[in-house]
Amino acid sequence: MIREERQFTVDLAVIGSGLAGFAASIFAINRGIRTAQIGNTGAVAYTTGYLDLFGRLAADQLLDDPWRGLRQLAASQPQHPLARVTEAEVRAAFDEFVAFLTEAGVPYGQAGERNVMALTPAGTIKPTLCVPSTMQGGVDALAARARCLIVDFRGLRGFSARQVVANLRQEWPQLRAEQLVFPGMEHGELYPEVMARSLEVPACREELAARIRDVLGDADVVGLPAILGMHHPHLVMAEMERLIGRPLFEIPTMPPAVPGIRLREMFEQVFPTRGLTLIPQQKVDAVRFADEAVRLSLADSYGPIAISAQTVILATGRFLSGGLLASFDGISEPLIGLPVTQPPSREGWFREQYMDKEGHPVHTAGIVTDADFRPLSAEGGPYDRRLFAAGLILAHQDWIRGRCGAGIALASAFRAVDAVGRELARSGGQSGKHQSAEGRRDV
Amino acid sequence: MMATLPPRSGPTRPTASLETEVLIIGGGATGAGIMRDLALRGIHSLLIDKKDLCAGASGGNHGLLHSGGRYVFSDPQSAIECREEGHILKRVLPQCIEQTGGLFVAVDGDDEGFAADFAGLCAAAGIACTPLLPAEARELEPALSERVVAAYQVPDATIDPFRLALENVNQARLVNGSIYRPHTEVVAFEKSGDVIVSALCRDNRSGETVRIVAQQFVNAGGAWAMDIARLAGCDDVRLLYSKGTLLVTHDRMIRRVINRLRPPADGDILVPGGTVSILGTTSLRTDALNAVQPTVDEINRNIREGMAMVPALAHARYIRAFSRVRPLLQAGGGADDRQATRGFALIDHHSQGIANLCTITGGKLTTYRLMAEKTADLVAARIGNTAPCRTAVDIVPDGEACRWTEPGAAPKLWYRAGDPDDTILCECEMVPQSAIDQIVRCAPGAEAEMTLEAIALRSRAGKGPCQGSFCGIRIASHLYDRGYYRDRTGLLHMRDFFNERFKGQRAVIWGQQMAQMELAEALHCGLLGLDCLDSPSETVTEGEAQS
Repeated sequence: MIREERQFTVDLAVIGSGLAGFAASIFAINRGIRTAQIGNTGAVAYTTGYLDLFGRLAADQLLDDPWRGLRQLAASQPQHPLARVTEAEVRAAFDEFVAFLTEAGVPYGQAGERNVMALTPAGTIKPTLCVPSTMQGGVDALAARARCLIVDFRGLRGFSARQVVANLRQEWPQLRAEQLVFPGMEHGELYPEVMARSLEVPACREELAARIRDVLGDADVVGLPAILGMHHPHLVMAEMERLIGRPLFEIPTMPPAVPGIRLREMFEQVFPTRGLTLIPQQKVDAVRFADEAVRLSLADSYGPIAISAQTVILATGRFLSGGLLASFDGISEPLIGLPVTQPPSREGWFREQYMDKEGHPVHTAGIVTDADFRPLSAEGGPYDRRLFAAGLILAHQDWIRGRCGAGIALASAFRAVDAVGRELARSGGQSGKHQSAEGRRDV
Repeated sequence: MMATLPPRSGPTRPTASLETEVLIIGGGATGAGIMRDLALRGIHSLLIDKKDLCAGASGGNHGLLHSGGRYVFSDPQSAIECREEGHILKRVLPQCIEQTGGLFVAVDGDDEGFAADFAGLCAAAGIACTPLLPAEARELEPALSERVVAAYQVPDATIDPFRLALENVNQARLVNGSIYRPHTEVVAFEKSGDVIVSALCRDNRSGETVRIVAQQFVNAGGAWAMDIARLAGCDDVRLLYSKGTLLVTHDRMIRRVINRLRPPADGDILVPGGTVSILGTTSLRTDALNAVQPTVDEINRNIREGMAMVPALAHARYIRAFSRVRPLLQAGGGADDRQATRGFALIDHHSQGIANLCTITGGKLTTYRLMAEKTADLVAARIGNTAPCRTAVDIVPDGEACRWTEPGAAPKLWYRAGDPDDTILCECEMVPQSAIDQIVRCAPGAEAEMTLEAIALRSRAGKGPCQGSFCGIRIASHLYDRGYYRDRTGLLHMRDFFNERFKGQRAVIWGQQMAQMELAEALHCGLLGLDCLDSPSETVTEGEAQS
């Protein structure tokens, strides 16, 4: 049976469903741009929930002040995506993104002037800019060296309260560890996602709260792995705090983890209600730049889908998400075939030592763009005026070592959406604000 | 990690003293075999290694138990030894061996005269060899190339060198309390006249010096044997060093060992091993003994050559590559190291004026037991022990904590035990926490604190497609939970473990492995900050470096 093709006509197609793709959609929605977002959910489930702007500039220095770090970056690495946007844009991008998340049910703290020092499941400390409100208590407790209890659960791998305590006790003497059995999950392996969903049930909360109360001792605050509910976690946490009588906070677990799944599920719920066409779990097969529109084709289990867009933001990420492909002979961009700047040969991809302070050259490979984040062709001009790129696919950055993944995603999406708006205005392509992007079926 | 210490710094004042009848230097297959052999003769020994078991060539080969076919052209004596030893090991060490069988195949363009002589040479060496039609060979091994023009079946097998060493050490421990001590490196010998009285050794983890007093000293240092002999003033050990690089595929691509039927060259042996296969090897003369790493060029050459036998190697997923230095006896002086003898030599150092040191070197994994027997014969004679060698007849018992290196053993035992609270820590290889607990409690070498590398060496943890990037974190957190780690040591061990695993990944990172690597680095560095453990920061405190 040949299934009929579903067609969508939009002003902007965002390809990719990671942080950059979601951010681009948020910025586009807020500007009334008729948008479709397509693409595998990629690596968003791998986020800890922490939104890093910039955490490490030189090889040996974790940054306390990311804004000063950005100014230094502009001098030392002018090609870095974060050096190509203004500080005002970065602030606006974080504020707008965080406000949207908060309003949509996953509250975040606002971006401040300094990095906050956040806890990791290994008992190390990570500089980051914004944390979910459920994790703010950990930042505060660490800063105050509060009398604090860390709780873990038997069967939850990769999260040991004793490990957190062992590694922080020297500077945080009033830190203590307890292991509990999670209610209803007495045996076997535990999965944070399942624990989080079960904590949306009141009886489970009450039982867990009782077990925590039993081991509370003199603790003024209690840290837990990130399992406090999947939807509206701050409400789950508030209820647990009321039952226990102490403030709580979450510590990220090993990915894929609850904070990333929360974001993904929230976007999938909220975006359609805001007029965005979301086709989340499908990969775009082809992109064709026709004169009148950019044509994207893909297929899901109901048949083929065609999207006709005036502009496109490519936010397909790097290797893990499939935005870049590393093969025996070199690195390529598999969807459009954009040129990828990269080390001259495979020999140069990685340094000898894994933890080399300089990081690995392969991570700075990527797509080179103009100032509006339009990818450049091999000849040096924009590949197509209607095509933009955002997020980690961009060249000249090492988001891992720089602790700047969310910063690049948000800032480049912000600038790209701004440029999309200008492009639509120029071409007169924007077909009316607040217009819904419903699919038309060609019968 | 230990290679960063100056290799020949003088000993400090000994802080501990140990005594044994025989000190064996070098924890490869041969050293472990000597330990077992001596124990079965009632002789107590202490085995030391500057790193850990199989850190040299013993742990860096195909894991191939040669039928002997490989050597019928160049070294008929080695071929016969391989055949005889293969028979013995299949009987006494069955737990380490998979009787896969093997094929020798020539492809279109290979020297046909060479192929034609093969059966006759095998017969002369007593090696069972059955000619096959190319179509029959492809029926046995569908991955073989259409270009195969000649094929022979031989009784090759595969052998797990890590388990072999562990089982040998374990039996010696059980029989007479012989001791294995990892991370212990000889830095000087103390002599009196023509007798070595003791060896001064550095504990490479604590930095302390240990004096080991023994009646007899055995140098089983493999590629390092020449350096060790020189410490005793002996310059009659002459070795050539050949660097070999091998690759590990994600899948088991063949059932049998596949050898190229031509004079030995790059990428001409593909060996199945558990759930993977191992392709190799290149051969490169080198002077560097330490820190040898696979290069992209060696990887490319192995794959290019291997493709001729098994075309799927062109697009296989590779999860690891490794390089080791083989010690070759200096003889003849031919240009190709593969023509150098693969035989072994036992040197009694009599001509050097030393009465109680011997060196055993050269050889190959398949003949490790024979090498151990000859060495133990000499040592036993020197101390007046007349007990006969029993290693060819006594079965090696299954050591309780030695079985975890066998692919598939962990999930089988885990499933059989059926304990739902025994969670899996390494998902790629299905290693449960009970295996980790047992290894740190009683595996050979568990007397001292174990690193994650030491645990991985004694299990399958970290051997799968994620190469330890997830299970390293889970195992460390489990060990914190157990109270095994109580301070920053666990973080440092994690970092060192990932650094070590990376060395084997670096040259084969493309395709899916690149995605894997990106995720690993995001976790290890981006999230956990293991790249900044030593960085100055207002908020990250400095702990005591432990290693």
